[in-house]
Amino acid sequence: MPDRTESAQVRFRAGMRRGVPFGFAVFLIAVSYGVLARPVMGTVAPIVMSIVVFSGSAQLGSLAILAAGGGAGAAIIAGVLLNARYLAMGLALAPSLRGRALSRAAFAMTTVDASWAAASAGDGTFDPWYMVGVTVPQYVGWVPGTVIGVFAGKALGNPSSLGLDALFPAFFLALLFEEVRGRRKMVAAGGGAGIALVLTPLAPAGLPILAAAAAAIVASRLRP
Amino acid sequence: MTAVWVTVGALAFATAVLKLVGPLLLGGRPLPARAMNVVELLAAALLAALVVVETFGQGRSLVFDARVPGVAFAALALWRRAPIMVAVLGAAVVTALCRAVF
Repeated sequence: MPDRTESAQVRFRAGMRRGVPFGFAVFLIAVSYGVLARPVMGTVAPIVMSIVVFSGSAQLGSLAILAAGGGAGAAIIAGVLLNARYLAMGLALAPSLRGRALSRAAFAMTTVDASWAAASAGDGTFDPWYMVGVTVPQYVGWVPGTVIGVFAGKALGNPSSLGLDALFPAFFLALLFEEVRGRRKMVAAGGGAGIALVLTPLAPAGLPILAAAAAAIVASRLRP
Repeated sequence: MTAVWVTVGALAFATAVLKLVGPLLLGGRPLPARAMNVVELLAAALLAALVVVETFGQGRSLVFDARVPGVAFAALALWRRAPIMVAVLGAAVVTALCRAVF
């Protein structure tokens, strides 16, 4: 990440370069989302959802509910819980966003996991222009990837026999590897994984991920 | 189909609200030092949770299926400093191979 004294343009471009590999990974995940969504949601709705929701976890999570015959209520609750981490991420990002409400809102809307994690300076602050830059290639991968998945689904075959369901955890693992430096982050990661594993059979989808934030609170009490 | 469109609309709205609450309410004001200490560690905790849920979760149960060797390959590749695309694509290939063989 460039120094904070560099111009917005320099930091934005550096973010774009950093985001390109994420964009390719996200493209593949979007293709598998499109393939899975077509029989359940039709052709237009998955593409619109990728444009306006732009969130793998909420889209794949709500799709799983709809595909299992669940109603809109259950699908919405699952999607909201899966994205509830954005509330915590937004609170973390807030002090780094200066300026008018409209400009803060515009930056905040570009928050996605990979960009947020990449733009974290490690001391609790974030570089907003860098974050926007990292998001751009991911959006460019996400929306066309969904279109290709929706229309080429039949030719591609079953996404699970292609191993596409392993793309999502592997992508998050790549983000985790870049993030975890030092003992306190190791403790936070280990604790977060443990909490999520224990709660998965007990709580609705999404809550185990949100509850993992408790590990960050515990680890923050440790000496660096 | 109505259920599908209601889901799309509601999640677009809810995701925007979740992203906006912090920056609009707090915006620019510094968090207390203790909160900043937690914020530093939030990404590690949330990302690790996403990794295990997506690797072992199937609805409300934990399963050990072909995703696990795929993600294990990704971990090894990342540890050996391979590029992200190698790790992510390799995970899919290993998982697909496991499913084809077993």
